[in-house]
Amino acid sequence: MLKDIQVLNEKETRGGFGEGIYAAGKANENVVVLTADLAGSLKLGPFIKDFPNRFVQCGIAEANMIGIAAGLTIGGKIPYTTTFANFSTGRVYDQIRQSVAYSGKNVKICASHAGLTLGEDGATHQILEDIGLMKMLPGMTVIVPCDFNQTKAATIAIADYNGPVYLRFGRPKWPNFTKEDGSDFVIGKAQQLSEGTDISIFACGHMVWKAIEAGRILEEKGLSVELINIHTIKPLDEAAIIASVKKTGCAVTCEEHNILGGLGESVSRVLSSNCPAPVELVGTKDTFGESGKPEELLKKYGLEAVDIVSAAEKAISRKK
Amino acid sequence: MTAKELKNRSVNYRKKILQYIVGANAGHTGGSLSCIDILNVLYNHVLNVSPANFSSPDRDRYIQSKGHTVEALYVVLSDKGFFPEQDLETLCRYQSNYIGHPTKKVNGVEQNTGALGHGLPMAVGNALAAKMDDRDFRVFTLLGDGELPEGSNWEAFLTGSHYKLDNLCAILDYNKLQISGTTAEVCNTEPIDAKLESFGWSVKHVDGHDIEALISTFDALPFEAGKPSFIIAHTVKGKGVSYMEHHVKWHHGVPNEQQYQQALEELDSVTI
Repeated sequence: MLKDIQVLNEKETRGGFGEGIYAAGKANENVVVLTADLAGSLKLGPFIKDFPNRFVQCGIAEANMIGIAAGLTIGGKIPYTTTFANFSTGRVYDQIRQSVAYSGKNVKICASHAGLTLGEDGATHQILEDIGLMKMLPGMTVIVPCDFNQTKAATIAIADYNGPVYLRFGRPKWPNFTKEDGSDFVIGKAQQLSEGTDISIFACGHMVWKAIEAGRILEEKGLSVELINIHTIKPLDEAAIIASVKKTGCAVTCEEHNILGGLGESVSRVLSSNCPAPVELVGTKDTFGESGKPEELLKKYGLEAVDIVSAAEKAISRKK
Repeated sequence: MTAKELKNRSVNYRKKILQYIVGANAGHTGGSLSCIDILNVLYNHVLNVSPANFSSPDRDRYIQSKGHTVEALYVVLSDKGFFPEQDLETLCRYQSNYIGHPTKKVNGVEQNTGALGHGLPMAVGNALAAKMDDRDFRVFTLLGDGELPEGSNWEAFLTGSHYKLDNLCAILDYNKLQISGTTAEVCNTEPIDAKLESFGWSVKHVDGHDIEALISTFDALPFEAGKPSFIIAHTVKGKGVSYMEHHVKWHHGVPNEQQYQQALEELDSVTI
């Protein structure tokens, strides 16, 4: 039952990245970190302090950072690039496409401050299209962990995972509830948080916690909820999605991203081909963001627990 | 290899570039002819790169940022023994590895390139990796003059000097023509030497078709300790074929049979 999930604390997912990159760097001397003037925001301090020779400050020149990272892969190095999600993807799409993805480079593109929860800085910095941009690139793995512990685990895991990776996380403090040792995270394997028979909820990133809150409300209403954390958008754990919906008969997807091109469309594609069922998509609706506190923005753009509850009830009502 | 031998090779390379472009009915003729002397001197005099050492971490690296003149690169790589020359009969054909821009599917090619403004940042990354690992190999990249306005190049110029990458050399194939006109008309980048010097690079000009001058320029690398080197190689688009020289229509033009025969006659008549 979702009510049994315990919150350990509230921490920033980017802090999980900072601890993860330190651990990855300590374990593997091939790990190299690049940044475009955002070492503080990405919590790189301990890495820079202990591994100064494996840190490359590129200045605010993101295209160059991606190219340098591609060039650094020679000799087995594993470059992690770090900046905000907006500047990690949209700004440098051609560099990622040609120099990283097409070239099959083992570059880890690590992106903080994704989505609406960036907050006050507003639309210019709140990218809601990055999952789509990255998942469309052939050979690109896309990971959107849900909390501090999982971001740390993912950051460590991708060092040993050969190939280009997009790792997306965020800015605010957020409930931290996955295992501290990261043993419940495996790249490409969906994480089942509850078993149920009435509705499947697939969520990623910060929205996993919102989905837990929504699931608890649905459970109180007497519904049986199957909540699955799709932290790896690509390669997608299609078997887990199909198996769940074969049991429940309908689904809701939840993402802090445009419903065009994100998790919801990936789930819908899998279901329409394998197990057609009603699917409701919770996410932003083809819009830019704006300034405000994360909770204010999530409410305005329909990404609160109540929105997931409504979507679930609608999906259930559409079942034949 | 002597300068005379290199000059003979340049003639031969030009003929092969035309042969395979005519065979494919596709290619970037003018630019391949403008950069071929540079590639000739690089691969036959400068670079510590061969099929035998291509998997060695200590080999020199060459990244062709102006990927569209791939025919010049393929011809030189086949001459160096990276693959049988007859493979080039499949140039630009369906299911051929020898596609219209460099790809690592071809033995000897270091990087996939073709989207402009990518080669230099990757070369900076290679040079940084050499410094990190305390290896002595050098990194070379060939830029087209048309791609010089790409912002990523100027970001990389900054980084190259910031990290004092004197193991890095960028060469500009300065034929002064790009697809829609002269570089001066399209987006004037002059004075290039003063700009690069102000970005912290050490700059030299050279006649990009003068084999002896290219040799002495490359032999002088690095031009200054603690600085990346930039070579402005003044070249002629379509060099070696009278009706192509200085004409932008040969950027992507393919000669017909009569033009091809004339070109071969002109190249054969060169006295070395």
